[in-house]
Amino acid sequence: MAAGGAVIDPIHQFVVNKITSIDVGGFDLSFSNASLFMVIALGVITLIMVWGTSARAVVPGRLQSVAEMLYEFVEDMVQGTMGKSGRKFLPLVFSLFMFVLVCNLVGLIPGSFTVTSHIVVTFALAALVILTVLIYGIAKHGTHFFGLFAPSGVPKPLLLLLTPIEVISFVSRPVSLSMRLFANMLAGHIALKVFAGFILMMTAAGGFAVALAPLPLFMIVALTALEFLVAALQAFVFAVLTCIYLNDALHPGH
Amino acid sequence: MDANAAKLIGAGLAAIGMGAAAIGVGTIFGNFLAGALRNPSASDGQFTRAFIGAALAEGLGIFAFVVALILLFVK
Repeated sequence: MAAGGAVIDPIHQFVVNKITSIDVGGFDLSFSNASLFMVIALGVITLIMVWGTSARAVVPGRLQSVAEMLYEFVEDMVQGTMGKSGRKFLPLVFSLFMFVLVCNLVGLIPGSFTVTSHIVVTFALAALVILTVLIYGIAKHGTHFFGLFAPSGVPKPLLLLLTPIEVISFVSRPVSLSMRLFANMLAGHIALKVFAGFILMMTAAGGFAVALAPLPLFMIVALTALEFLVAALQAFVFAVLTCIYLNDALHPGH
Repeated sequence: MDANAAKLIGAGLAAIGMGAAAIGVGTIFGNFLAGALRNPSASDGQFTRAFIGAALAEGLGIFAFVVALILLFVK
C-alpha cells in the first residue's frame, strides 16, 4: 500500500534490528531491539517488585499496593487451580505472568517493540511450561503420569479411540498456548497500524475523504483501549493455562 | 488461476474460521452471563472457568488467523 509517496507497511513494526553484533562460535547472539525490550520489561518488573516492597509499610502506599495485589492475584490463582501442593510452582507462574504482562503493556507504548508478538519468544515460554510438566510429572509419578492419557472409568474399547485424542490434545498444548499469545498480540498491533494507514490514505486522497479522516483516529483510540484489556487478559490466560497444565503434573489421575 | 490470487482468496476463506470462533466465544460468555444473572453469588467462583473456555475456543480461531497470515506473508 502506498499513500502520498509514503509506504504503509503494518508488518514493519515487528522487524528485529541488531543493535550490537555479537557472534559466538558461529551462533548469532546479537543484542537486538527484542533483547532491549526484554531487558526493559525485566527492569520494570524489578522496579515494581523490589522498590514496591522495600518500604514494608503496614498501610501500603501506591506502588506497594500494586506489588501486593499482583502477588495475591497470582497466589489466589495458583491455590485455586492446584491447591496447597501447587505452592511450589508459584515462583514459576508468577514470573511467567509478570513477564508476559509487562512485555504486552510495554509493547503498547507507541514506537516500542512487542516482544510477545514473536512466536519464538512465546513458544520458548510455552515449551518451558510443557517441559516442566513432563519432567516433574515423570519424576514424581513415573509411569503413573501416563495415566493422563487414559481417563479412569472409561470402557476398554473406548480407550482405543480416546487415548490418541488425549495424546493429540497434550501435544497441541504448547502450540496453542504460544499461538494464542503471539497471534493476539500480532493481530492487535496490525489492526492499530492498518487503521493508522487509513488516516494517511484518506488525507492523501483529498476532497470529501479528508472530512472523514478523524473517524479511523477515533477507532484507534477505541482499539488501543481494547488492546490494554487484551494485554492483561492474555497474560492472565497464559498464567491460568500454565496452572492447569501444571496441575496435570501434580495430580495426573483423572 | 494466478497462484497469488488463489493465496489471497485462501486467506479470505481462512478469515471465516475466525467468525466461527467468535460464535464460540459469544456462546460461552452469553451462557456465563445468563447463569450469573440467575445466581450472582456463584458467578465470581466460575469467572476463571469462563475465561479458560473462552481462551480455548479463541485458540482455534487463532489457528485460522495464523493460516491466513502464512498464506499472505510466507513466501
